[in-house]
Amino acid sequence: MLKIIWNRFKKNPLSVAGMIVILTLAGIAMFAPFIAPYEPTSIDVYNVLSAPSISHPFGTDELGRDVLTRMIWGSRVSLKVGFVAVGIAITIGTILGAISGFYGRRIDALLMRFVDIMLAFPTFFLILAVISIVEPSISTIMIVIGLTGWMDVARLVRAEFLTLKERDFISAARAVGVADTRLIFRHIIPNALSPVFVAATFGIAGAILVESSLSFLGLGVQPPDPSWGNILTSGKDNITVAWWLSLFPGIAILITVLSYNLVGEGLRDALDPRLWHVER
Amino acid sequence: MLPYILKRLLLMVPLIFGITLITFIVIHLAPGGPVEVETEMSLKASAQARENLKRLYGLDKPLHVQYIDWLGRFVKLDFGKSFVDGKKVIDKIKERIPVTLTINLLSLLVIVLIAIPVGVLSATRQYSLFDKLTTIFVFMGFSTPTFWLALLLMIVFGVTLGLLPISGIQSIDVSEMGPLDRVIDWIKHLILPVGISAFGGIAGLSRYSRSSMLEVIRQDYIRTARAKGIKESDVIVNHALRNALMPVVTILGLSVPGLIGGAVIFETIFAIPGMGQLFYNSAMARDYPTIMGILVIGAVLTLIGNLIADISYALVDPRIRVKG
Repeated sequence: MLKIIWNRFKKNPLSVAGMIVILTLAGIAMFAPFIAPYEPTSIDVYNVLSAPSISHPFGTDELGRDVLTRMIWGSRVSLKVGFVAVGIAITIGTILGAISGFYGRRIDALLMRFVDIMLAFPTFFLILAVISIVEPSISTIMIVIGLTGWMDVARLVRAEFLTLKERDFISAARAVGVADTRLIFRHIIPNALSPVFVAATFGIAGAILVESSLSFLGLGVQPPDPSWGNILTSGKDNITVAWWLSLFPGIAILITVLSYNLVGEGLRDALDPRLWHVER
Repeated sequence: MLPYILKRLLLMVPLIFGITLITFIVIHLAPGGPVEVETEMSLKASAQARENLKRLYGLDKPLHVQYIDWLGRFVKLDFGKSFVDGKKVIDKIKERIPVTLTINLLSLLVIVLIAIPVGVLSATRQYSLFDKLTTIFVFMGFSTPTFWLALLLMIVFGVTLGLLPISGIQSIDVSEMGPLDRVIDWIKHLILPVGISAFGGIAGLSRYSRSSMLEVIRQDYIRTARAKGIKESDVIVNHALRNALMPVVTILGLSVPGLIGGAVIFETIFAIPGMGQLFYNSAMARDYPTIMGILVIGAVLTLIGNLIADISYALVDPRIRVKG
């Protein structure tokens, strides 16, 4: 099964390229202390806002810190936020979607109205409101992005449950007296996971975008800790003199998010069983 | 048609109720609540002063009583007074809404005018060079942080070329200009913000209209139309386009919260005095009454956007009206 998926996935060169970029970035994030040429917070007053050069390939910021180094450390933030936030969103979405789809009726109606209500809030407003209450930090934004991003997953899982629970193998399991929880976790959820994986991949891309926007607005990762978003803040503050502060971190975000989107697209095609028989 | 609209309106009532409840819960999760914010500046504030403040805001009452009080005032559109300047929240919002709505409506217009032709063209020329280029653009559009794009455009058009202003919605010397110059000044200030806020939407909607169009041109009645010898352009415009565009209307409605939420980013970057900037400033100042007001208004605007989309969908597709 995994092999079929992989064979289908690798037919799409762009998705494979995205996968390679993601793995490379994960490596960079993991080995940041060994790869980065400087210390992320070491200040160099003689090299303030210097343009890209051999010793500082991406230039330095207003405190003389090496931008490349800060970007390498910043990749940790994106990776962490992407995975943790989406992990939270998927857990909530899967559980609520499963309950909704499995039990139906009143619970379903109630939960789906809750989803409608959550979707009515402009997500960015909701996130900002919560962050205005609690101290902004990387853990806060991970949780907040997760708590405001589960609705699509819940709808997906619910839809899967609605079709799956009518299928014969579920009736058979029910007939032999399998308990509800076992029915949900062992029999239905594993069959409903494909669209969730696809949504998760796109979700990581979205979470990275939101984190960088928040950090850019000063509501995410707080300086001196580096993140791609808050390097761009100093890019804005020095917009007339230091283009490199604005250019490179943005490209990093663009490439990362693009890679997750490409992998998501590839996964969607690879996981869609309706397309399988066409090739074989 | 009227019963359909009434039914939609009735369905909005429980949603608005839920929106107010969530807004209230979110804000009252705040440790210490609004009183701490007002007294944290002055350490000398005595316990008595705190108690007085609490009583002033009604925070000494049980939560459900507070909620019902707040809801009662909300129905009269009274969100209380801002902590920052003591002005009525509803007046502050009223002041800011026109700018934000203008920019959002303009960018919706830009989105529709660009995305639908692009989507339709790339569907009718599937796998052509144009189709491939738009696919690349769509993926870039989905992946570009808009605030970064705004920064780059500010550097290029504002700093390097000096063509466009990079902040505010009017020049300082606007009062000395003639009417025509004023309009030009206004347009110049709006080009970047509108472009930025439309950017992501163009990518999304062109993708959507492409797939919707692709689905329609595979239908039997399109083949029939072609077989009858109707000109290809007539087939596309008269037979396919109408049906392909119906679901697109819904997507437009769904893009409203994204546009309103995005206002926070571009209004902050371009220093535009709209609702997004007000919300950002209020969040930074922990101005709870204003935050609550804008959260509710933002969500209600989204509902109105969805309602308009539903109604227009029913207008173009008679099946919806009958089934309800």
